[in-house]
Amino acid sequence: MRAGSGPPFFRPGTAPANRSWNHSLSLAASADIEKRHWQRLDKLGVLVTVIGLTGLALPFALFRANRIVPGEGIGILGSLDSVWSILLIAAIVLTLATALVRFNAIAKMAAGFLALAILALAVGAAANHLTPSDNNYARVAPGAGFWLLLLAFSLMVTDALTRLRLRPIWRVALLAIVLGAIGLILWSGLWSNLSLLKEYASRAPAFWQEARTHLILAFGSVAIATLAGIPLGILCYRVKLLRAAVLNTLNIVQTIPSIALFGLLIAPLAWVAANVPGASNIGISGIGIAPALIALFAYSLLPIVSNTVVGLLGVNGQVVDAARGMGMTDRQRLLNIELPLALPVILTGIRIVLVQNIGLVTIAALIGGGGFGVFVFQGIGQTAMDLVLLGAVPTVGLAFAAAVILDAIVEQISIKGRGA
Amino acid sequence: MIEIVDIVKSYNGTTVVDHISLTIPPRTISVIVGTSGSGKTTLMRMINRLVEPTSGTIRIDGEDIRDVPAYELRRRIGYAIQGHGLFPHWTVAQNIATVPKLLGWEKSKIEARVDELLGLFQLDPAQFRHRMPHELSGGQQQRIGVARALAAGPNILLMDEPFGALDPVIRAKAQEDLLAIQRQLGTTIVLVTHDMEEAIHLGNRIAVMDKGKLLQYAEPAEIIVSPATPFVADLIGTSDRPFRLLSLTHVGDHIEPGTANGSPIEAHATLRDAYSDLLWSGRSAAPVTRDGQTIGIITLAACAHLAARPQ
Ligand SMILES: Nc1ncnc2c1ncn2[C@@H]1O[C@H](COP(=O)(O)OP(=O)(O)OP(=O)(O)O)[C@@H](O)[C@H]1O
Ligand SMILES: [Mg+2]
Repeated sequence: MRAGSGPPFFRPGTAPANRSWNHSLSLAASADIEKRHWQRLDKLGVLVTVIGLTGLALPFALFRANRIVPGEGIGILGSLDSVWSILLIAAIVLTLATALVRFNAIAKMAAGFLALAILALAVGAAANHLTPSDNNYARVAPGAGFWLLLLAFSLMVTDALTRLRLRPIWRVALLAIVLGAIGLILWSGLWSNLSLLKEYASRAPAFWQEARTHLILAFGSVAIATLAGIPLGILCYRVKLLRAAVLNTLNIVQTIPSIALFGLLIAPLAWVAANVPGASNIGISGIGIAPALIALFAYSLLPIVSNTVVGLLGVNGQVVDAARGMGMTDRQRLLNIELPLALPVILTGIRIVLVQNIGLVTIAALIGGGGFGVFVFQGIGQTAMDLVLLGAVPTVGLAFAAAVILDAIVEQISIKGRGA
Repeated sequence: MIEIVDIVKSYNGTTVVDHISLTIPPRTISVIVGTSGSGKTTLMRMINRLVEPTSGTIRIDGEDIRDVPAYELRRRIGYAIQGHGLFPHWTVAQNIATVPKLLGWEKSKIEARVDELLGLFQLDPAQFRHRMPHELSGGQQQRIGVARALAAGPNILLMDEPFGALDPVIRAKAQEDLLAIQRQLGTTIVLVTHDMEEAIHLGNRIAVMDKGKLLQYAEPAEIIVSPATPFVADLIGTSDRPFRLLSLTHVGDHIEPGTANGSPIEAHATLRDAYSDLLWSGRSAAPVTRDGQTIGIITLAACAHLAARPQ
């Protein structure tokens, strides 16, 4: 029985307040029996099931005569041959049943992953099944039903993983396995008939070019912000007068809408490019990578600086005092004691900006910064959803992977320096 | 020897240490007592320059402490604080090695020293060397804190309420250990506490402070017998005076010839313990043993006589 349900535990300190408890004992007990049936149900599992069943009812695949016309939804039975249909429906029903009742998180995780794998294979099979052999324009995309099922099983898996409280190293290993599996499916060509991959196939070089830009912008801006932000944070920690001023300024920067900030930088940078000798030679111009990098850098600064300050301020005062009393110089104390103990908080700041910037880079495409946003905005312009997805899906995947890996690092470091 | 000469510390016009002068003899334990906020910690921290005095001079073995850089001075002075302040991300061995490492000792010498200190504090090196602070009990953490303060073999050890967080049993044990180690190493110890009992037990000399002023600096017996001000008398507690006085003397110094019945009392026990034992067991005398040999008796009358104010 979980705390908060059923009759309250008797607590000596609260005896008088609980006196009425005896009178209502029989009532509470019968209500408890009623409740027990409900308690066997997993609350999140109910949500998963509702989403999953809705997904089952909605079209599994979307067939379009070409890439921009509206599509025609097709159910599971219509999208797959009978063997696949039965397999998929059985997997969905069984997994949802597993989700609904309360038991072992490992079993739930395994069931969730298995369902996801079958779903991934089935969508490829559906694309192969529905694509006419002689028609190069027809497009098969996953339908609303597929996306809902994907959401349902992902929820189930994440919930099970949260409850399992896996060690950081295992979470990263699991991420690697999932990415490996996706890579394997891509390599096998099973998904080649999906519209997203057809979109990719027709612009593979551009895709990798933008991927590179995306990574450079996201990681580059975070790297520069880290190099500048940590020293600035240390300075704010040491010089109290500076602290409020710097943090307030950065706070204001943070509130400027991203599109506005990108836009605001165009004029001054264009001026610099035109008037400062050599500036344009090193890539500075009103549009392109430079303003994107600067804007992303500006956004990254606050979380890194403030987390550095908060992390350093959070170091136990007695520990700092002991370090001083032992005869460490300011520099030795900073490097040996304060920074290592503040590291988990600082890394959390870096994790926040990295995940944030991987998403924000998409908007940089508006000012010619490049990145996956290029596909998103082209897609919106052409009303080609597949193209939008070609930009969006890798962005989400990147952000997710970065979050998992950095969370694992932060946790691993916190475990080491725990206590006191 | 630590000479504190007319030292003053004020914060924004408020004087928290007010013209204090005292000389701490080498190889002794001086205990600073006083109520909360009386300036004990501030006074002590001026000795290793964690606090810079507003005016006045402090000399160690004749040398003005301002003549060396603060960090160098601190490496020569042991420093242990309440709640130990161990570095949570370092192992026990790394913690103890802090100052030797800062002084650039050789690795092998540091390792030997760490093991030696762990042994001195009755902690098995093989078992404790690689533990993290959070894997130790409070008492063990406290011992490591003191071991770390002694690592580079300082002549002076400053301790700010080092036993404040310990339970009474562990605390008594830690006090005995400290006395034994001090006797063995001959370290000059300055210890801050607000427990008069602890001060009388540990101190060769006691400095009583109130509102930033030094009221009395004297040996425990003198403080008990002739407190300089009513405040000092209050701090000792009038009803406790006879017992505190008895606690300063050992049974072995007051044995009488004769025989007595009942369980024996050890010669190194304090007279207070003997007195308490006699009262509790309803005897007027008890046999005294040293190393298992009966060497005489201690009488209730002798105890009562010794508890009276000396004339
Ligand atoms: N950095 C500081 N700034 C301003 N006032 C301070 C500072 N440090 C100490 N004080 C003040 O000086 C007075 C003496 O403080 P101190 O810490 O020396 O007292 P204490 O005798 O050690 O007290 P306790 O027994 O509570 O530890 C207190 O009133 C305290 O508020
Ligand atoms: Mg204090």
